[in-house]
Amino acid sequence: MMRSASRLMAMLVAALPAFVVAQDLKPYTISGDGIPDSLTGQPGDAARGRALVLARSSTCILCHSGPFPEARFQGDLAPSLAGAGSRSTIPQLRLRLVDASRLNPDTIMPSYYRIDGLTRVGSAWRDKPILSAEQIEDIVAYLASLRE
Amino acid sequence: MTPRALLAVALLGAALPALAGEIATADRRSGYDFMSPETKAMQDDDTANPAMLSVLDGETLWTTKAGAANKSCNDCHGAVDVSMKGVAARYPAFNAASAAPVDLGQRVNLCRGQHQEAEAFAPESRELLALTALIARQSRGMPITAGGDPRLTPFLARGRELFVQRQGQLNLACANCHDDNWDKHLAGSSITQGQPTGYPIYRLEWQGMGSLQRRLRGCMTGVRAQAFDFDAPDMIALELYLMSRARGMTIDAPAVRP
Ligand code: HEC
Ligand code: HEC
Repeated sequence: MMRSASRLMAMLVAALPAFVVAQDLKPYTISGDGIPDSLTGQPGDAARGRALVLARSSTCILCHSGPFPEARFQGDLAPSLAGAGSRSTIPQLRLRLVDASRLNPDTIMPSYYRIDGLTRVGSAWRDKPILSAEQIEDIVAYLASLRE
Repeated sequence: MTPRALLAVALLGAALPALAGEIATADRRSGYDFMSPETKAMQDDDTANPAMLSVLDGETLWTTKAGAANKSCNDCHGAVDVSMKGVAARYPAFNAASAAPVDLGQRVNLCRGQHQEAEAFAPESRELLALTALIARQSRGMPITAGGDPRLTPFLARGRELFVQRQGQLNLACANCHDDNWDKHLAGSSITQGQPTGYPIYRLEWQGMGSLQRRLRGCMTGVRAQAFDFDAPDMIALELYLMSRARGMTIDAPAVRP
């Protein structure tokens, strides 16, 4: 039952996002407290989004818990994701993932689609966002489906 | 106090503001307190604590002559349980020759070079871990005193700056976890306060011994930052800050950690 944190920390870093080639970020427009338009121009896929939220490499459930009975270890640094789609609109969820620091400058939640303003990023991760635009849209679609 | 001295004190106070998230002295807890009863029992029993094998190794090295000078540590220092009592509790310490702090491993290597005329042990080598484990063992149960030397002030300030600086792709500072969220869990695992009371440690995850520097590199890689090189000045400053942050806490080295 006891679980080593260094394995966790290793898992944080083990699996890199699928796209490992440095890439330019797709442009987006913030309107109010959200990003109205899909980063890819397409709606995301909620089933893929669920798998991504559960994947260690996405880091979400290191901090968050949620309606994931199959995930034995979930974090308690952040609110449960259950009902996230009732509390936020899709544009709000998208901005939350792209750059949560726009909503709360002191947040510990990483900015998943930002490459500037970071310090001493390791060479394997430099100039890459944590998640791709497609992955963000998939996760947004999944979170929007979490209603209570 | 003269007006000038008052001004100096005021400036010092202004330069080192108390951090919002700093842990109150009464609330400080070592990594030991977060461990399972089984892991605590393993650490508490010298015959079960795997780090004690490294200490035994260190005892042999302590009395082994080495280098062009053909001297052992024991030849200069005498019995380790007398001469090294309390030493680990005050490291990293100021080294006048380099005008900078050195940690215990670096101090051992200074003796290797200057007094034994031998080659330095590599970071994380069996020998360096064994000698530092042996020396740290002599401070077990004693309070940490590191950081009191006024010459260390700028290095301490640098260490604290690094501790609160966000870093890596995940953009997290040490303080985000170890000051602000030490009572929480990262996935299923206790975050702890990041107190350096037990180093070098036997880590179950590593299935071996490791230094504080190795542990810190793990946390840096965890937030996807470029880890400091072993013995880099910033690495020593961070170790110094952690030890001084833990001042008054009890050394439990060589510890076992999950
Ligand atoms: C290092 C910690 C951390 C990680 C990793 C993290 N978050 Fe968060 N998240 C937070 C915190 C803390 C909040 C609370 C609000 C704030 O501080 O901004 C939050 C808030 C949220 C919210 C709004 C919650 C609500 O009340 O409805 C959503 C949605 C969310 N996160 C989704 C995610 C997803 C999806 C991921 C992974 C792609 C993720 N988070 C990764 C810390 C984290
Ligand atoms: C995302 C959260 C997080 C961040 C950021 C982080 N750590 Fe850690 N740290 C942990 C976890 C989890 C552990 C493991 C606790 C354990 O099992 O010993 C740990 C362990 C430690 C330990 C070992 C404590 C012991 O009892 O032996 C030290 C020291 C430490 N961290 C210092 C740091 C420093 C310095 C930084 C910044 C460079 C840092 N950490 C950044 C989560 C974090």
